[in-house]
Parts: sequence; C-alpha cells; structure tokens
Amino acid sequence: MELTRRQTLTIGSGTFAFAALAGLPAFASLTDDAVAAMTNGAELIDGGIDITAPEIAENGNTVPIAVSAPGAVEIALFASGNPTPAVATFKFGPLSGSRSGSTRIRLAKTQDVVAIAKMEDGTFRQASATVKVTIGGCGG
Amino acid sequence: MASGVKPRVKVPKKATAGDVITIKTLISHKMESGQRKDGDGNLVPRSIINRFTADFNGQNVIDVLIEPAVSTNPFFEFEAVVPEAGEFQFAWYDDDGTVYETGKKIAIG
Amino acid sequence: MMMTKTVLAAACLGVFALTVHAEEGAKLIIDGEELTIRASAPAHAENIDEVSSGWIYRSKETQSLQLDDFDNPAFVFVDQAIDEWDKVDGSEGKACSSCHESVEDFAGLRTTLPRVDDGKLVSLENLVNECRTERMGAEPWKWSKGKMTSMTALIGVQSRGMPVNVAIDGDAAPFWDKGKELYYTRVGQLDMACSNCHEDNYDTMIRADHLSQGQINGFPTYRLKNAKLNSSHARFKGCMSNIRAEPYKEGGPEFQALELYLASRGQGLSVETPSVRN
Repeated sequence: MELTRRQTLTIGSGTFAFAALAGLPAFASLTDDAVAAMTNGAELIDGGIDITAPEIAENGNTVPIAVSAPGAVEIALFASGNPTPAVATFKFGPLSGSRSGSTRIRLAKTQDVVAIAKMEDGTFRQASATVKVTIGGCGG
Repeated sequence: MASGVKPRVKVPKKATAGDVITIKTLISHKMESGQRKDGDGNLVPRSIINRFTADFNGQNVIDVLIEPAVSTNPFFEFEAVVPEAGEFQFAWYDDDGTVYETGKKIAIG
Repeated sequence: MMMTKTVLAAACLGVFALTVHAEEGAKLIIDGEELTIRASAPAHAENIDEVSSGWIYRSKETQSLQLDDFDNPAFVFVDQAIDEWDKVDGSEGKACSSCHESVEDFAGLRTTLPRVDDGKLVSLENLVNECRTERMGAEPWKWSKGKMTSMTALIGVQSRGMPVNVAIDGDAAPFWDKGKELYYTRVGQLDMACSNCHEDNYDTMIRADHLSQGQINGFPTYRLKNAKLNSSHARFKGCMSNIRAEPYKEGGPEFQALELYLASRGQGLSVETPSVRN
C-alpha cells in the first residue's frame, strides 16, 4: 500500500475529527455531572475567579495549576478530558490567608481545566483554561 | 503504610501578627490512580493521598479533597493568616488509613 | 515500507509545529547562586561552539521547578537519602556516617566523575556500591533504583554550581575514545547516533519536544514523565529504545565510556544535580 503524505495527513486528521466528535460530548457531560453535583444545578457566573495554567504542558503527568477566587468558601478543579474529571477541592478555613491555592495535576490529553468556586453568598463562579498536552518526540 | 512516604513543608520561621504567609507542602507518594494495568494486564489498585489539611493552633487554614488526578508527590501551595505565635499542623490522609503528620512552629517578631 | 517512510516524513514535518521553551536569556539562579548554563565548547567537542544546559530547552513552567529547592520535587528523594546516610546496613554494623563525617565533604566529587581508579573507569554509583559491599558488608544497590539515585542526588548536589571538570587524558583516554566512538555510531532500526539529535539538531523540535544537547550535568534528574529521579544510564537506555536499538547494560562498559565522553562535552557547565526535566 502506498500513501502520499497528503493522504496520510488526511486520514490522520479524519481520525482525529471522529475521535473528537465521539469523545468530547461524553467527557463534557461527565464534567457537567460532577459540576452539577457540587452546585445542585445553580447558575454558573463567569468572572471573579482566576485559573492559571500553562498553555502547553511539556508532560501531562505534572501540570502546575493555580486558582484564586476572592470571597470563595471552596474551589473545585475538574479536568474535562480525564477519564474521571474530579481533580481536587480546596476548602478554605478561618485562617486561610487568601482564597487561592496551587497544585500539580495529571492531564490525560489536551483539554480544558475547569475551576468552580462556591462563594460566601452561595453563588457559584466558573473559569476554565485550555492546556495543550504534548507528546514528546522521544516517546516522552 | 506505603513505603518511603516523607512530608516536606516550607513555612517562614517568623512573621508579624496578622501577616499573610505563603506555605508550600510536598509529600513523597506514588499516587497510584487505580487506572493503570500491570505487566500481566491486571488493574493496579488505587492508592492515593485523598485528603490534606493544614491547621494553625487548632484552627483550620485549608482542607483539600484529593482525587487520583493529582500528580505523584502531591504539592500544595496556599496562604495563611498568622494571628499569633504557634504551630502549624499538617496532615496527609492515605487511602490505607495511615495519616502522615508534621508540624512547624512560627514565632512573632 | 512506503507507509513507514511516509509516517516518518510526517513526524519530521511536525518538528516545526510548536515552540514551548522559555524566552532567551533566562537565568538559572538557585538560592541566589547563578549557575553556568552556557559555556564555550571545550576544544575536544570540535563540532559545536557552545555547550548549553538542558534547562534552557525546557518550558518556563518546567524551568521554574528547578529555581527553588522546595519546588523541586527531587528534594523529597534527597531528604530520603539524608535519612539513609545514617542508617546502619550490612554485616559490619556501619552506616555512611560511620566513616564519612558529613556528606558536605563530597563537594566537588561529582564534577570529576566518572574517573579512572586503578585502571578502571568508575562512576558515582560504583563508589557508593564499593562502600556498601567492601566496608559495610551490605548488598549493592541497583544502578538506577530509588535508593541509589537518591544517594547520588544527595552526593551530587554538594557539587551544585561547580563546573564539570572530568579528566579525559592519561588513563582516561582510551575510555574517552570509546565513548566518543559510541556517540557517533549509528545503531538501531532507526539507524541513529547520539550526535544526530544532540549535536546536529539540538534547539529544534522533534515533534513536540525541544531537543537539547543531551548534557548530563544535571543527573540524576527528576523527570515529569515518570515523577522520579533518573540516572544518566537509564536515560541512555531510554534514548536507545527510542531509536529501536538494543540498549547496553546500565553500569556496563559502553554506558560508562559514554558517560565520560558526555560529561567531557559539558566541561564548564555547572553541576545542576538534581535537575528537573520533562
């Protein structure tokens, strides 16, 4: 079988598009479910919450993530493209110095990392960041 | 008890009363996700640190619920208010029931 | 057959897709001490003008992990080695600390290794195991297992900031020659030598990975990929598997010779042990 580079690329991107179509809604709904479990279906307000993540992660095994939401009582992190989306929930106590935290997380592939903050007034705020997870040239 | 588990914490030695300080913590732990298979194709059972807490003189600073998506050797950075001299207490809760604890004193000056 | 070639061609074209490394001129400063991450190439590395640390080629997030010993996850293993240092093991009832007053006395050692002792080329791992088997009556540690890499990291970090300075003449010359030959010899199904990536193509992208010069001044290194310390020989093994070659044995004569040659290509760079890489 002979393939030109163009054909190979076409096949490649076709497969990718199919994977994306098949994969995304399923993962998105898992994340939606996890978020709904936290919010009881309350409206999610954009803004008032920041998420800091690398645009490109050199390795999905250790991706630094920071979240901050002044006035939050807790902030939960979800990885929408992981087999199970829940990552961690920071609950802030009376001696918390700021409603923020950082950690290092695993991302199975390129995806959106979602942060949901539960605020003191009972409302919920959301932010997300897309992280490209690269596959090293050396099987990395 | 998982082998070779060792906590590290970074807390300033001194602060002014009411200061907000940055704390960094790391514990050596493999954080086995429960999704990997071994060489024979059997699922490697989940074994993670599932909760981390930081308290100061008995009052909570932060309480983190941890899922398998947190990386090996889990790292947390956060801020705390120091109202008085005293001791921070840190605890990591292992799936196997073990609780790893360490403390760090801070002076006011 | 045609398909294999096509796929390889596509992979090579992908080489230019992404640039993830941090800005030019970033400095590696740890605890207020600036490390040398670029130096004029030594005369014996005749095909390059400048030698450069692998740190330069990493993303700013990976780089930042090495700027603070608390952020650097390798130090959990250094801490474990500090405990191990005082632990009695073997038939003689001795610990490292029974003979060595302080691990700090090893400052400078890492810069000179591997070296020739009594006609044999020895790496830090050999020195550790010699102590264990000859003086402690203990079992030797495996070359790349956790206890060994933790201990070589603890001993190595004592030399952090000091320039690599291995001897390549005299007794060392035949080992160095052998290492150089290995460096330029194509092997494996992909028929590649170390030099094809790390001399001819460093600072380019191999798919999504930014190729470095393959310097070993930061080993053992904590890799994000496997979240542990990796010996230089384990990394050589990984490279060889990637080019689909049968890897030499860790601690064997080929990798030891290669370790000496690679160390010599980094003469003048600071020891960065334990570094952080992807």
